Amino acid sequence: MPMVQLKKTPLPALDPIQRRLGFQEVSLGYSPTQALAEAQRCLLCQEPNCEAGCPVGVPIRDFIKLIAEGKPLEAVRAIKQVNSLPAICGRVCPQEHQCELKCVIKGKQEPVAIGALERFVADYELAHQGAQTSVNGYHRNLVNSLPGKPTAKVAVVGSGPASLTAAGDLARTGYHVTLFEALHVPGGVLMYGIPEFRLPKSIVAAEINKLREQGVEIQCNTVIGRTITIDQLMHEMGFGAVFIGSGAGSPKFMGIPGENLKGVYSANEFLTRINLMKANRFPEFDTPVKKGQRVVVVGAGDTAMDVVRTAIRVGAREAYIVYRRTEKEMTARIEDYHHAAEEGALFQWLTNPVRLVGSDDGWVRGMECIRMELGSPDESGRRRPLPVAGSEFLMEVDTVVMALGTNPNPTVSQSTQDLVSDRYGHIKADPATGATSKPGVFAGGDVVTGSATVILAAGAGKRSAQAIHQYLNERRKAPTAGAPAVGC
Amino acid sequence: MAIIVEKRDLTPITSLFEVNAPLIARNAQPGQFVMIRVNQQGERIPVTITDSNRSKGLVTIVVQVVGKTTHLLRSLERGDRILDFVGPLGRPVELPKHGQAALVGGGFGTGAILSLAKELAARGVEVCSIIGARTRDLIILEKEVRASSDHTYLCTDDGSQGFHGFVTGQLEALVRAGMAFDQVVAIGPIAMMRAVAETTRPLGIKTQVSMDPIMVDGTGMCGACRLTVDGQLKFACVDGPFFDAHQVNFAEAIVRSKTYAEEERAALTTAVAAGG
Ligand SMILES: Cc1cc2nc3c(=O)[nH]c(=O)nc-3n(C[C@H](O)[C@H](O)[C@H](O)COP(=O)(O)OP(=O)(O)OC[C@H]3O[C@@H](n4cnc5c(N)ncnc54)[C@H](O)[C@@H]3O)c2cc1C
Ligand code: FES
Repeated sequence: MPMVQLKKTPLPALDPIQRRLGFQEVSLGYSPTQALAEAQRCLLCQEPNCEAGCPVGVPIRDFIKLIAEGKPLEAVRAIKQVNSLPAICGRVCPQEHQCELKCVIKGKQEPVAIGALERFVADYELAHQGAQTSVNGYHRNLVNSLPGKPTAKVAVVGSGPASLTAAGDLARTGYHVTLFEALHVPGGVLMYGIPEFRLPKSIVAAEINKLREQGVEIQCNTVIGRTITIDQLMHEMGFGAVFIGSGAGSPKFMGIPGENLKGVYSANEFLTRINLMKANRFPEFDTPVKKGQRVVVVGAGDTAMDVVRTAIRVGAREAYIVYRRTEKEMTARIEDYHHAAEEGALFQWLTNPVRLVGSDDGWVRGMECIRMELGSPDESGRRRPLPVAGSEFLMEVDTVVMALGTNPNPTVSQSTQDLVSDRYGHIKADPATGATSKPGVFAGGDVVTGSATVILAAGAGKRSAQAIHQYLNERRKAPTAGAPAVGC
Repeated sequence: MAIIVEKRDLTPITSLFEVNAPLIARNAQPGQFVMIRVNQQGERIPVTITDSNRSKGLVTIVVQVVGKTTHLLRSLERGDRILDFVGPLGRPVELPKHGQAALVGGGFGTGAILSLAKELAARGVEVCSIIGARTRDLIILEKEVRASSDHTYLCTDDGSQGFHGFVTGQLEALVRAGMAFDQVVAIGPIAMMRAVAETTRPLGIKTQVSMDPIMVDGTGMCGACRLTVDGQLKFACVDGPFFDAHQVNFAEAIVRSKTYAEEERAALTTAVAAGG
């Protein structure tokens, strides 16, 4: 009987000093030996609690067992039955609030490092691509050779995790899938939002290449609702069904005085300039960004951590997180919070900005804040922050980034009649199928739920792919009069 | 990727391009714009659609050199490709259905009023187009504007052609002479649009301007293009680009438009020196 290892097998990370010099991935991932050691900590419960904690029900016990048996490729195959993007989710899921929270050994010991193991098998597969095709059996040709194969065209709007998952599943079922992305690069938040040091872009690119290999056509620079409307897709271009995964990209601001001063950014703008447009390499790249010396980021979610860590990497001397609640209520992943602190980020908890103060020529120079205290719980169950009278103080700043969350982009819903959304612009969709008010149109991910997580978006994409297959099958069997026929 | 099928130099710093972009040509409406990126290192910039030809699948744009990207764009020739060409973006402008309208175009803005003039002419609205430039050599598209307008007035700052003075002087003169405009639309440099707003405010004439702030994505995702309109936060790329000129906070927009003035100057100087 091996000795019980109370703590997680430590996940190697890049040295904090070295991190400040570039955008190299910080978390380095397990070696096969480390992964084996960690897998052996799992008790392989009869009724695994962890799986109940996973929003999409990944067969966690089984995949860990396969790792322990030295079968990482089979492990990844087991995960992919449910989650198509393990290399990404292993890196960015908030495991401490999901599967690892429910792990039975948690308490007396640290929970099993489920996220790190998921990432390990996915990376193993990526490094052994050749083996992957044969074990996965994802053979488009095979599906295509079946009699009665579905040949209908399906359009997928957006290319974030919801759309990537839906497109992959539909292509493997035999549909002709075209993915339409508004930006010049596919990947959604995975490309323009989450920085390289947390999610290497080569991982996202590998997923996208896989889709291309599976026959998915990717058309960038196409804004659905503008370049092509949903009705044009369906009635003029022959798409039998549409999946909308256009995300929640529209940034929120606080509405305080001074928010439009120069040097004030939304998190999306700051991150897009750097991740997508490479503004940190201006003038080699044409898009500029102000590289602040004293940067304040408002908010404490994943996005805020990404911004503060990016600001440190592009040269901030002092970079703060300002948050009106405490460390306990923040929504950022714990690993990223620790990494941010190691890299030198400073934290002002229980603090809320009230106004921004500018110089004569319109640059932000100060942020007036007020201290907060926690009152009784609000609708979210978290204790409500209340201002402490007379506690105002001024922070000297030259860059402010608002990381306050996002709303759905209104373009698709505004341009599509009979597509019902709520007053915030979230498209209304059946949670089980993604079916919207418009026949043949399905939606999932942040555009339905508001800003949530990669795994929830991916899960929604998967459910919609199944529902679309069912919808098109039924239509094929009994095409309704008047409706355009689905199929060849 | 979009291929340039025709290029015409209008002035030493302005060119007109016809670009093959059938999807955009099919859906484009007056007042919308495209986002353009010239090469892999390039930035994304908004450019107004001057005209579109649905049957030929062509989109016309007019580009005036103001920075590095417009400089690179202008150096492209017929047969060259524009790497990214996305649109039509923004909300189409809301135009009157009858009566009299004045269209004011300054500099490259003259290109932008052309599609509006055509649309208004088609609706039977009486169109007065006022086009301005610093000097006569910089006046563009006069013939095209004349063809779609009932009356066309030229203005030059130096008096080398037409009315001697700013477009606002000409606009005021027309109102004094009895023109009863139901609406004014102004497109051009921000200082000119502000001046038009201040001219029509006391006259109580409904006025729209096409705001042209710094943009990154042009799809509503970043908020770089935000403006204050009637005290409300608006994103020019999805809520605009057209806004009620009397409600726009121009002072703020002018300050914000200079955020990267230093970087833009440096980049342009290097690009020109490199002969790119
Ligand atoms: C900085 C940042 C960090 C985050 N970190 C984490 C994390 O650590 N863990 C986690 O689980 N979640 C994280 N999230 C949240 C997560 O990224 C999102 O929940 C997820 O990406 C949503 O996926 P989606 O497929 O719904 O849409 P998105 O990823 O938002 O993709 C939508 C895509 O659709 C495109 N699009 C929009 N409109 C149109 C249109 N009209 N036509 C064509 N294309 C269109 C957009 O350009 C975009 O590419 C983070 C988010 C941000 C911004
Ligand atoms: S340019 Fe990004 S939101 Fe308008």
